[in-house]
Amino acid sequence: MGGIIARLFGGIPRRGLILLGVLLLALIAAPLFAGSYLLTVLILILYFAYIGQAWNIMMGFAGQLSLGHALYVGLGAYTAAALYVHFGIGPWIGLLVAVPVAALAGAFIGFLAFRFRVGGVYFAILTIAVAEFARVGFDHLTWTKGSAGLFLPVAQYTHNDLWNLRGHPVMFYYILLTATVLALIGCRALLQSRMGYFWQAIREDEEAARSAGIDTFYYKMVAVVISAGMTSFAGVIYAFFYNNLFPEQVFHISRSIEIILGPIVGGVGTLFGPILGAFILTGLAETLSATLEGLGIDLPGAKQVFYGICLLLVIVALPDGVWPWLRKRIGLTERGS
Amino acid sequence: MPAEVYLNVAVGGVLTGLVYGLMALGLSVIFGVVRVVNFAHGEMMTIAMYIAIVLFATFRLDPLIMLLPIAALLFGLGYVMQAGLINRFITRPEHSQFLLLVAVAIIMINVLLIIFGPDAQNIQTAYSYDSFQIGPLIVDAAKVYAACAALVVTAALFAFFRYTHIGTAIRACADNYTGALVVGLDVKRLYALTFGLGSACVGAAGTMLLLIFDVTPAAGPAYTLLAFVIVITGGLGSMPGALLGGVLIGLTEAMAGLMFSPSAKSMFAFGILVLVLLFRPQGIMGKRAA
Repeated sequence: MGGIIARLFGGIPRRGLILLGVLLLALIAAPLFAGSYLLTVLILILYFAYIGQAWNIMMGFAGQLSLGHALYVGLGAYTAAALYVHFGIGPWIGLLVAVPVAALAGAFIGFLAFRFRVGGVYFAILTIAVAEFARVGFDHLTWTKGSAGLFLPVAQYTHNDLWNLRGHPVMFYYILLTATVLALIGCRALLQSRMGYFWQAIREDEEAARSAGIDTFYYKMVAVVISAGMTSFAGVIYAFFYNNLFPEQVFHISRSIEIILGPIVGGVGTLFGPILGAFILTGLAETLSATLEGLGIDLPGAKQVFYGICLLLVIVALPDGVWPWLRKRIGLTERGS
Repeated sequence: MPAEVYLNVAVGGVLTGLVYGLMALGLSVIFGVVRVVNFAHGEMMTIAMYIAIVLFATFRLDPLIMLLPIAALLFGLGYVMQAGLINRFITRPEHSQFLLLVAVAIIMINVLLIIFGPDAQNIQTAYSYDSFQIGPLIVDAAKVYAACAALVVTAALFAFFRYTHIGTAIRACADNYTGALVVGLDVKRLYALTFGLGSACVGAAGTMLLLIFDVTPAAGPAYTLLAFVIVITGGLGSMPGALLGGVLIGLTEAMAGLMFSPSAKSMFAFGILVLVLLFRPQGIMGKRAA
């Protein structure tokens, strides 16, 4: 046990561990001080931090660009919600179905693409296509109420029912915080495993990796399946937090884009990048809302224009993302942290 | 349903598909030469459509006449985008280029939203409700004009790439980047020209498509996706492939809309894309990439 912990934290500079610890403590204590608005923002940040890490396994570690991660969110959300609505099966049991469903979808895309050597841009567009296919398909699937939307029963809850995920946002906050921390630990373990090095070899030069004897098909498949399965958990939480699901919202391409902006802005392939990216982008969006509101500007689209300009500036100025730059600034130059 | 209905819808689908093909041709030319996937493609087309709406409202210009000036405006937009922004991204990884163009797309959609509001707009020409009758066939005049214009623009582009010096130089860049640099071609300027030309296709296609469809600021991403589907179906980088893909997808959407439900039509387009990626990843007319 001690050995595992030593390995997990080994190689991270002392200062990094302290900063990470302070951040974690601050996040644990946050609901004590945060109002309901700030809490909602924090939930959103953690949600994107978690999914960003899941996406990063596929793109950042193994180099496979997925532009359709909304597919796995949606499959997770719809599977768990439909089981709950139709059979009264709780979300944690539902998760046992949702994760395999999403993982299977990931395996399907991966199998088709990697077997036929569909790569790069073509792979990215295949992932969009499957997600769009699912969006229109769910629009017409009567079992999940089609485009009319699937609603989970909502009532006033006197206590937090963790088993059925019915209750106060604080409960969701701590679930997502736990998930984000576990994902960070899991990602570090993966990245430092034998498989993690194989992934990075594939990312850097797939031909070379194959000639070095790495079964690239197998390891790319594993990356997609892990990423899809992890993402579907966020979908389950989404379903039980918002209590309503519309294919047009859940599976839409803009959801997929939202998911990957965080890790790209934070730093693709880094461990902390997706988390930092989620803080930056969600923080930016909320700051813009507040600022425009404060200035009395009520123009639909104005916020998104500023958001787009900020994205543009970040990507032009910091091509590798914010975290690699910030890491150097605060003196944490250790690789892979 | 009588057979004429199917035939009518099929012909309408093919004509719309030719305009789609022109739009996708722009994407294909840009990717084939610059090797950047233009994720703001559909958004640029909605810009062209709104320019057409403004010109129509102010000067009552017929879309068939506006086609050239709007294509020229979009050429300028594309040239500036490539020269000012994208050129410095050509050696960066795909996800970096993707983020850049997504940011551009977000800005475009929302600037349009601020200026024009969220409602659908269209234009009414003198021939909006005309139709030609050929035997049992009834074809919308607007679709015929749009498709003919799309064919003319496509032919002009083909001729440009085949017979002019600049066109040949651009093809040289596409074939061999290093070789083009070695023989002293100004690759960055040629890239900007190419992006401009691709954008001009979109400008022309958008103007023509306004004869057939409404436009909303939010329509951009759907057109971007449509262009991807068409280009990959036809073969990324293949000019005839883009046109063929456009016709195929236009036909598929029209038939699916008739036989199933209009809201399910894009599912069939994506279904075709998945099939093509599986069995012929280089596309129908594409050459096998290394």
